[in-house]
Amino acid sequence: MSQGTGYYVPSPSKWPIIGSTALLFMAFGVVGTVNKIPLGYGVLITGLVILAYLLYGWFREVALESEAGKYKAQEDKSFRWSMGWFIFSEVMFFASFFGALFYMRVLSVPELADAEHELLWPDFAGGWPTAGPGFDEKFTPMGAWGIPAINTALLLTSGVTLTLAHWALKKNDRGALKLWLLATIALGITFLGFQIYEYGHAYADLNLKMTSGAYGSTFFMLTGFHGFHVTVGTIMLIATFFRCLNGHFTPERHFGFEGVAWYWHFVDVVWLGLFIFVYLL
Amino acid sequence: MAVIQDVHGHTHDHPTGIMRWLTTTNHKDIGTLYLCFSLAMLFVGGFLAMGIRAELFMPGIQILEPEVFNSFTTLHGLIMVFGAVMPAWVGFANWQIPLMIGAPDMAFARLNNWSFWLLPIAALLLITSFFVPGGAAAGGWTFYPPLSTQGGIGTDMMLFAIHIFGMSSIMGSINIITTILNMRAPGMTLMKMPMFVWSWLITAYLLVLVMPVLAGAVTMVITDRNFGTSFFNAAGGGDPVMFQHIFWFFGHPEVYIMILPAFGVISEVIATFSRKPLFGYTSMVYAIAAIALLSCFVWAHHMFTVGMPVTGQLFFMYATMLIAVPTGVKVFNWTATMWRGSMTFETPMLFAIGFIVLFVIGGFSGVVCAIVPVDVQVQDTYYVIAHFHYVLVSGALFALFAGAYYWLPKWTGHMYSETLGKWHFWLSMIFFNVAFFVQHFLGLAGMPRRIPDYALQFADFNMISSIGAFGFGLTQLLFVYIVIKCVRGGEKAADKTWEGATTLEWTHLPSPAPYHSFETPPVVK
Repeated sequence: MSQGTGYYVPSPSKWPIIGSTALLFMAFGVVGTVNKIPLGYGVLITGLVILAYLLYGWFREVALESEAGKYKAQEDKSFRWSMGWFIFSEVMFFASFFGALFYMRVLSVPELADAEHELLWPDFAGGWPTAGPGFDEKFTPMGAWGIPAINTALLLTSGVTLTLAHWALKKNDRGALKLWLLATIALGITFLGFQIYEYGHAYADLNLKMTSGAYGSTFFMLTGFHGFHVTVGTIMLIATFFRCLNGHFTPERHFGFEGVAWYWHFVDVVWLGLFIFVYLL
Repeated sequence: MAVIQDVHGHTHDHPTGIMRWLTTTNHKDIGTLYLCFSLAMLFVGGFLAMGIRAELFMPGIQILEPEVFNSFTTLHGLIMVFGAVMPAWVGFANWQIPLMIGAPDMAFARLNNWSFWLLPIAALLLITSFFVPGGAAAGGWTFYPPLSTQGGIGTDMMLFAIHIFGMSSIMGSINIITTILNMRAPGMTLMKMPMFVWSWLITAYLLVLVMPVLAGAVTMVITDRNFGTSFFNAAGGGDPVMFQHIFWFFGHPEVYIMILPAFGVISEVIATFSRKPLFGYTSMVYAIAAIALLSCFVWAHHMFTVGMPVTGQLFFMYATMLIAVPTGVKVFNWTATMWRGSMTFETPMLFAIGFIVLFVIGGFSGVVCAIVPVDVQVQDTYYVIAHFHYVLVSGALFALFAGAYYWLPKWTGHMYSETLGKWHFWLSMIFFNVAFFVQHFLGLAGMPRRIPDYALQFADFNMISSIGAFGFGLTQLLFVYIVIKCVRGGEKAADKTWEGATTLEWTHLPSPAPYHSFETPPVVK
């Protein structure tokens, strides 16, 4: 424990090494699982359970420290800087997958259909969507104006409800805060439900799979990672909701809430990119 | 290692023994962990290098099967980059940044601990992958598909290891950015920060920019291997060359991630031992920023031979050459700092001067490689090997040694043995050049990299190179001896060990630096 008057430096903590233990199990577990080694699943699930315990325990500790008033203006600024750069790193992660999508559509697919490749793939005409020249199975691409358009509306609305919750928090209207937060969570869960339905529809009716070449790869990886982020964001919102129930946050100091809101808006923006470049164009 | 003496009795409520190191939130403890880990990894990677050079000592297959040889080169690269050099720099950042900016600790002390304790797991994955069926990954440290989409279980272990190294780097760099932006002592404006801190601030930005992109590339390889996606499979409309673009978008800034902190250390050391302020401080800051910015637009110079439009080749050629300009500014300023300085040549200064001389050679061979028609000739030859070992061994590693000798008195409270330090420098300097200079000739004569056997006309130079490499490897045991000796005892170091030092850790703190420092921030004028 820091004895000084300045910045809060926490005491030695068990959480990081628990996190590393979780990663140890998860890494060896997932290597075993993808290589069909018995025990792989068990080790992986053990790792995930430890990870869940870690996330609950570590974030709980930080939330309680925050409520105990250990964080002052300087610590608050640290959280803001770090959340901002964390989201930036997430942007770059998505950028690599968007980059792959653009590269395929603009470069590799047209090249596979050009004159140089005529001997190799005489029947391949290029164009998008495509499963590439080597796969014969036909699939139907996912249309934009069904579920995806509804999902766009859901996520955009959730951005509004979350902002309303934030305004309510600032006005110390705890009832409205909880209500709008709950609405945001409901919209997030509905989005995820539609997304799961859409995947089922793709596999069952459209013959659109992860193995459907360039289109299937980019479609499922981009929407899949986005869906994963919505899941994480929803869990964060639920945690924030319970913090609200326990009386956490004040109208002046609530970066725990704002950080989650930043993340949620980031996930929104990624979705807009997906809707335009994966579904629409 | 009991590097840290607790002079203020602050540790009474702290765990001891192994639990101290597992749970620590102290930036000095974590810095020590990083440095010890990276030194251990230097020897693991070094062992692999010795294996490679032993195999190449003579033509023909002597001791390593070709498959094992390939996994040696692959893991040598990965372990040196992700296990040795990067963690060593984060170790320096942990120890030095709070001391140099007058902060009580890093901004996120627990996260800092986690950033470190992820590394042994990734190392474990890499090292144990040698013992799984099929052996370790053997497709080169750049893990290009289709080789990396075909390898066995060892390749999966490598890919997840890289994911974990990447997580560690991203968390570490966010922590460093936050610390530098938010934890500086009153009065320490950005343009008063020591150069080492500046170099790390910019390095950390590069890390958050490119490590997630590497994570994307690794993820795509994993799903191509295991879940049937077609990112790098032409039959599905993908392209193996796309991997190279994504990888090198990470990979080229990555080499600057390994060298920019070196620039920072060299700037500190040269100024201290010349007893003059750093020449052209402002231009040094802008030069680092310019290098970092340019490094994001030159990645395709690693892939001139895979086929790209001439316009693309020209752009990447000129952009690459442009980096020589800010790098030249730095070399000029270091030289100008020494000009008419009251120079003395303690071990850190020797390594710093060795760095400048040899790094410039590596820089020049880099400009040679940037020229497209030349690159077409030397691509994947030993010329490239020689080039990047000149910038990474006599560059990054020599700067790490310079920094280690420079700050060991502050960390341990003892002076290292100057005589042994000088031996370490001169043996390293000689053996390094014996090992790597001849590789320029081998490469120009056409010897390809990553091949366990070679034509007879390359035999003499390879033997010389191997002798140099063995000597260089053995010499590094001397470094371990010097460090252990320094930690255990020796002449008491003065608080301001070096006459010309001006940064806060020398002017405001005793040697060794107390377990908790700057709990009340100093005021910088």
